[in-house]
Amino acid sequence: MIEPIRDHYEDIQLFTARGSWIKLVLLLVVLVSLPLLLPGYRVFTLNYMAVFVIVGLGMNVLVGYTGQVSLGHAGFLAIGAYTMVLLMTRLAVPFPFALVMAGFVSALFGFLLGLPALRLAGPYLAIATLGFGLAVTQIIGHSALFGGHMGLVVPDATVGPFPLSGDVSKYYVIVGITFVLALGVRNLSVTRVGRAFRAIRDSEIAAATMGVDVAYYKTLSFAVSAALTGVAGGLLALMTGFISPGVFTFTLSLMFLAMVVFGGLGSITGAVLGSIVMGYLNLEMDAFQELPVLGPALESFSERFMSTVGLPNFGWVVTGMLIVFTILIEPQGLYGLWIRALDTMKRSKNADAELSRPGSGAD
Amino acid sequence: MLPQVFASGLSAGSIYALMALALVITYKTTEVPNFAQGDMAMVSAFIAYMFLTDFETGFIFAFGAALVFAFLLGVGFEGLLLRRMRKPTHLNLIIMTLGFTLALFGFAGWKWGADQRQFPFPVSANEVIRFGSVSISTLSVATILIAGILMLLVFAFFRFTKLGVAMQATQQDPIAARINGVPARAVVGLTFGISSVIGTVAALLTAPLITLDPTLMWDALLKGFAAAVLGGLNTPVGAVLGGYLLGVIENLFGAYVSVEFKSVVAFLIIVIVLWFRPSGLFGRHHERKV
Repeated sequence: MIEPIRDHYEDIQLFTARGSWIKLVLLLVVLVSLPLLLPGYRVFTLNYMAVFVIVGLGMNVLVGYTGQVSLGHAGFLAIGAYTMVLLMTRLAVPFPFALVMAGFVSALFGFLLGLPALRLAGPYLAIATLGFGLAVTQIIGHSALFGGHMGLVVPDATVGPFPLSGDVSKYYVIVGITFVLALGVRNLSVTRVGRAFRAIRDSEIAAATMGVDVAYYKTLSFAVSAALTGVAGGLLALMTGFISPGVFTFTLSLMFLAMVVFGGLGSITGAVLGSIVMGYLNLEMDAFQELPVLGPALESFSERFMSTVGLPNFGWVVTGMLIVFTILIEPQGLYGLWIRALDTMKRSKNADAELSRPGSGAD
Repeated sequence: MLPQVFASGLSAGSIYALMALALVITYKTTEVPNFAQGDMAMVSAFIAYMFLTDFETGFIFAFGAALVFAFLLGVGFEGLLLRRMRKPTHLNLIIMTLGFTLALFGFAGWKWGADQRQFPFPVSANEVIRFGSVSISTLSVATILIAGILMLLVFAFFRFTKLGVAMQATQQDPIAARINGVPARAVVGLTFGISSVIGTVAALLTAPLITLDPTLMWDALLKGFAAAVLGGLNTPVGAVLGGYLLGVIENLFGAYVSVEFKSVVAFLIIVIVLWFRPSGLFGRHHERKV
């Protein structure tokens, strides 16, 4: 079996691959022209996926780089969304500043939660975040300030003199921010901080021996992850125009985890891909029914053995199974498959070179 | 007022104690916090519901079927998924339990829909018995008794049967246990089966109290973990005591501070315990060797 890459130098190599500038520019061109090519309602889907991508970046920092699990990121998403909306409605803070504050407040909560939970080895962070996610929706649902179960309407946002009214103008704001954050996370991963994160993931004890302050960096990684998710929460509020505690459920937190696991832990490309797939799946839970052949088959199966009213829940089964099979078959997810394919190609090329060399013993 | 609060706390605490015990015995064996515990129990409760309403069997048969199903689900989860992982790191094991729980949640929603259903039960939550100034429902009495007896049985099993001692040995040191002739693999599977059965009893006692839907055990899972952290993740007895303590604290909070934010107590307890006594009230802290 080929071990997937866990070597830091190979990681670095991936980031400094030649031709990456050209790819970046190409990607930018595609991103700028996408809303002009697609029908209007699809732009909403794109915005939704971009918000998921930001959360995926945050989860990647925490789970992929530092090796910690969070079951409460929907809580940070909620904190970001409510912070932004409340600042805009109660204090008339302009949108860009409110969005930055959403990130900060979310990071603060992440720091406060991470501080006790991350001092200890073991599953304490996962357990604490499970409680955190459920507590946040409880508090929001019962407080008049947060609009209770009825939720809050998001006020119209403007960037300087420009109003953000349609999906397309929001698209450029959301995707622009997503792009910048992705670059930021990519750069973070090759700094001293990023190296410390990965050292912790690979072995806490070895990292501590090398002088890495394990508790500090774990908490920092959790705070960074919460900050990104908070910004995503603000943007989610911006794009949907309405927020309520029913959005930020435990299953959403699990969905966030699924994105990075499926995409590939520790890889930005993987996290982005996983987030796009899962974001689409989450928004279009009934997409399965519309598939050409499988759709009707699924419907008749549901009718006979399951139930048709419950069919929208099929998406959760798929998400859960994707996690289970990813961990069973290829724990590095899509990214791991890609690396293995590259590796196989390289090997066969080397083997060819070996064969063509005279006197190599292959005859 | 106070005795009443304690009675309600004891009844709620019984369920938390069961969940905590279920979580701790698998955690001790494999160091995996089983986040699928709640939804495994939820699906098993739906199995009982299916027997009761669709096949119209009696309670004993339906509950028996649910417990058998729960046992097989636990053994299957360990044998077919957890054990077959390529890289069984702590992170991957936790993620596996989360993936499984999401799949189970989706399955229950797909099969039975998301509506809240009345769960038939031999005793009622509305019928009240009075002990002096304390009034308590027959369901609560049944909950306290069933949970108490079951937990005593589990502890007796661990203490007095050969299999139970083998399970404890595997928890302490799987390699040493294997050297001494314990079939460690089978024992781990069995531990998951027993744990799943204990969780399912908690679910069967929760369902008539609230209503049956796929989110049935979310709250109980959190409370079980909070109880286990409070009592000590490594001590079954501590976790059970933690469960009762959590039930009482929660009801005291509900009676004297705020009913609406009662559910937040579990989270606060986790954070406070982690700050001041991470090994739990009854647990001992052990440093891991390199």
